[in-house]
Amino acid sequence: MDFTYDDEQQALREAVRGLLATAYADHEARRRTVAEEPGFDRALWGRLAEMGILGLPFSEDDGGVGAGPVEIGIVCQELGRVLAPEPYLASVVHAGGLVAALGSPEQKADLLGRLSSGELLLAAADTSPGGRWTAEPDGVRASVSGDAWTLDGVADPVVGGESADMFVVTATLPDGGGTGVFVVDASAATVSGYATADLTRAASVTFDGSAATPLGEAGRDLADNVATISDLTRIMGANQALGVMQSQVRATTEYLKSRKQFGVTLNTFQALTFRAADMYVELELAHSMVDWATMTIAGGDPDAVAVAADRVGLQVSRSGRHIGQEAIQLHGGIAMTAEYSVGVGTAHLTVLEQWLGNAGHHLTRLSERVDDHELVEAI
Amino acid sequence: MQLELSPTDAEFRDRMREFFTSKVPQEIRDTVLEGRHLTRDQIVESQRTLNAEGLAVPDWPTEWGGQDWTDLQRHLWHEEMQRAGVPLPLAFNASMIGPVIAQFGTEEQKQRFLPDTASLDIWWSQGFSEPDAGSDLASLRTTAVRDGDDWVVNGQKTWTTLGQYGDWIFTLVRTDTEVKKQQGISMLLIDMTTPGVEVRPIELIDGGHEVNEVWFSDVRVPGDLLVGEPGQGWTIAKFLLGNERVGVAPVGATKRALATLKETAADQLQDPLVRARVAELENQLLALELTALRVVAHSAGGEPHPASSVLKLRGTELQQAVSELALDLAGPAALAARADDDSPQEGWARRTAPTYLNLRKASIYGGSNEIQRQIISRTILGL
Repeated sequence: MDFTYDDEQQALREAVRGLLATAYADHEARRRTVAEEPGFDRALWGRLAEMGILGLPFSEDDGGVGAGPVEIGIVCQELGRVLAPEPYLASVVHAGGLVAALGSPEQKADLLGRLSSGELLLAAADTSPGGRWTAEPDGVRASVSGDAWTLDGVADPVVGGESADMFVVTATLPDGGGTGVFVVDASAATVSGYATADLTRAASVTFDGSAATPLGEAGRDLADNVATISDLTRIMGANQALGVMQSQVRATTEYLKSRKQFGVTLNTFQALTFRAADMYVELELAHSMVDWATMTIAGGDPDAVAVAADRVGLQVSRSGRHIGQEAIQLHGGIAMTAEYSVGVGTAHLTVLEQWLGNAGHHLTRLSERVDDHELVEAI
Repeated sequence: MQLELSPTDAEFRDRMREFFTSKVPQEIRDTVLEGRHLTRDQIVESQRTLNAEGLAVPDWPTEWGGQDWTDLQRHLWHEEMQRAGVPLPLAFNASMIGPVIAQFGTEEQKQRFLPDTASLDIWWSQGFSEPDAGSDLASLRTTAVRDGDDWVVNGQKTWTTLGQYGDWIFTLVRTDTEVKKQQGISMLLIDMTTPGVEVRPIELIDGGHEVNEVWFSDVRVPGDLLVGEPGQGWTIAKFLLGNERVGVAPVGATKRALATLKETAADQLQDPLVRARVAELENQLLALELTALRVVAHSAGGEPHPASSVLKLRGTELQQAVSELALDLAGPAALAARADDDSPQEGWARRTAPTYLNLRKASIYGGSNEIQRQIISRTILGL
C-alpha cells in the first residue's frame, strides 16, 4: 500500500503543469480563450498531443502511450487546477475510452491514433434531453437496413460536442436489443453548440437518419461496457475536481492573509479561519478518496470500479459543494465576478458534478448496496 | 501509488486478526462490540493478554517492549484491535506516560515504572485538566513547592478518566510562579495512595461514573518522581498530547459500531432514508480511513503529521454521528436507558441514549475540535 507518486509521475505532473502555465498563466488568459471560438486553445491541444498527453490512456499499438490511471489522474488534476477548458475529459477519457474498450483493432488504430495526434476531436453523445445518468439512454434510436446503420434522435448535453469531428453515440438497438455504441461523423448530424455554466462548451446533437458505424461487433448490447467507461470518466472527473478544490483552498488561504478590512487582515478573524480549516478537512477527505478510486481502476474489476466511482462521486460532490461555496463566501464580492478565478472554479465544479453524477445519484446507488457488505474494506 | 498491502503487511494483518479474535476472551470482546461497560478486571486481563504477546505497547522503544514496526503496521495493529472488539491498551499507560518516561525519564524511573506500566500492574491516571485550565492547559494552578528533597503538592485536577481505578497519577504542576506560565510547569508522578490525595466521582449526563476530581492537600512527593527537569513539563505535555491525537480517531471502532447497528436494526434497513444515512456514513468513514492511511504513509520519525488534526476532528464527528443514528433507530426504546435488566426493550436500544450523550465528550477531549481547527488553520494553512 502506497499513496505516494513516484519520480516519473512527479515529473509528468511538473511537465503538464509547466505546459498549462504557458497557456493559462493567469485567469485572464482563460477568460480570453473561452470567449473566443472554439472555446479552448487549439495550440495548447497540439502541444498536449506532442507531449503524448492526448494518447496517454491508449496502447502504443493504437498510437498512444499506454499509461495507467494514476498518470491520467495527474493530468486531470492539473487541468482542474487552472480550470483549463480543453475537452480532455470528454474527448480523450470518455469518448476515447469508449473507442478503446469497444472498437475493432482497425477502428482503434485509426480513431485513437488521430485522437492522440490531435487531428481528431471526439465527443461522447450519451445523454438524452432531460435524462439522468444511465448507460441505457433512450434519446437516440439505431436502425439497420442490410449492413447500413442509421441513428435518429437527440443527445444533449454532449460535452465537448461543439467542436467534435466525430461523435461516439450511445443508442437504443432495434427490437429491444439493448444499447449499442456507434461512431457518427459530425457532418452527418446537426450540432447546436452552447456554453455551459463554467463557459466551457457543449452541444445539442440531432441525428436524423444519420449514417453510423457500429463500434466493434454490430448489434451487441454494450450497456455494461458503457457503464464502466462512464465510471472511469467519473473517477477522472473527480481528479479534475480535486485540482479545482486545491486551487480554491489555496486561493482562499492567500486571500485571508492579504485582504484587509477594519484595518487588519482577514485571518485575524477566527470566524473565517475556522471555516478555512473545515475547507481543508473536506479537501483532504476528497483527496484520499480520489487517490483510492484511481488506484482501484488498476485492479481491473468493473464492479469494484463502479462502487469506487460512486464512492468518490459522493465524496467529491459533498466536498465540492462545501469548498466551492465557502471559497466564494470567504472571499466576498470579488469571487462573484467572472474576472476572478474562484467563483468560476465553483461553476466548473458544478458542471462536473451535474455532468458526471451528483451526490444524490451516487448516494442512491450506494444505498442499494448497504446490505451487500458487513463493513467497507479500504484495502 | 498502489492499493494492495505488500505480502509482508498482508501477513502481518492476518497474524493480528488471528491473535485478536482467538486469544482475547470472547466475553470481553462481546462487551466492547455490544457497547457495554468493561470492568477494571476485564481491561487488565485484555492488556495482559496483549502484553504477553508483545502487542500492548508497540510504540515504545524496543528495549522496553516496543516493536520495530513500520507506521503502517502500527496502523494495522490499531485497526484490527478495534475491528475485533479488543479493548485498546489503556491510553494513559500505553500512549501517554509510557512514551514520556521512555523519552524523558531517568534510568531508575524507566526500570521502576515501564514494565509495570506495560502490563497494567500500575494503572495510571492523567492529572492535567483543572477547573480553570481546560483547553488553556498552561493556566493550571496546582502547585508543587520544594521542601528538602520532596515536593509538596496542593490543588485540584478534574476530568480524571477512570481515576477511581488509578494506582498512580501523572500530573502537571506549577513549580515556578515567577516565569512565563508555560515555563513554570513540571511533571510529577504521584502515588495515589499518598496521604492527602482524594478522588471524588463526577456523575455525567449518561448516568455513568467515568471521570473524577482529584484533590491534593499537602501531598508530599519524593524528588526523584519529577520527570525530566523542573520547568520542562510543558514540553513533555506537548509530546504526550501529540501522541494522544494520533490514536484518538477511532475509525475501526466506529466502522464496527455501524456494522453492528446494521445487524441489530436490520428490520429498519428497509427504510430508504435509513439506508441513505448508513451509506453516507460508510462513505465518510471510508474517506477518513483512507486519510489515516495517507497520513501514516507520510509521517516520519514518529512525529505526528499535522493532518492528524483532521483525523481527530472528523473521527470524533463520525463517532458521534453513528451514535445519533443508533439513537434514532432505537426510538422509544431509548427511553428505557436506566430500566432494570429484565426490561422487555432490547439491550442495544436501551444503551443508545447514554452512548449518544456520553460521546458528546469526544469533540471536547484530546484537544477540543476547536483546538484542532486552530492547529489546522495555523500550522497547515498558515493563517
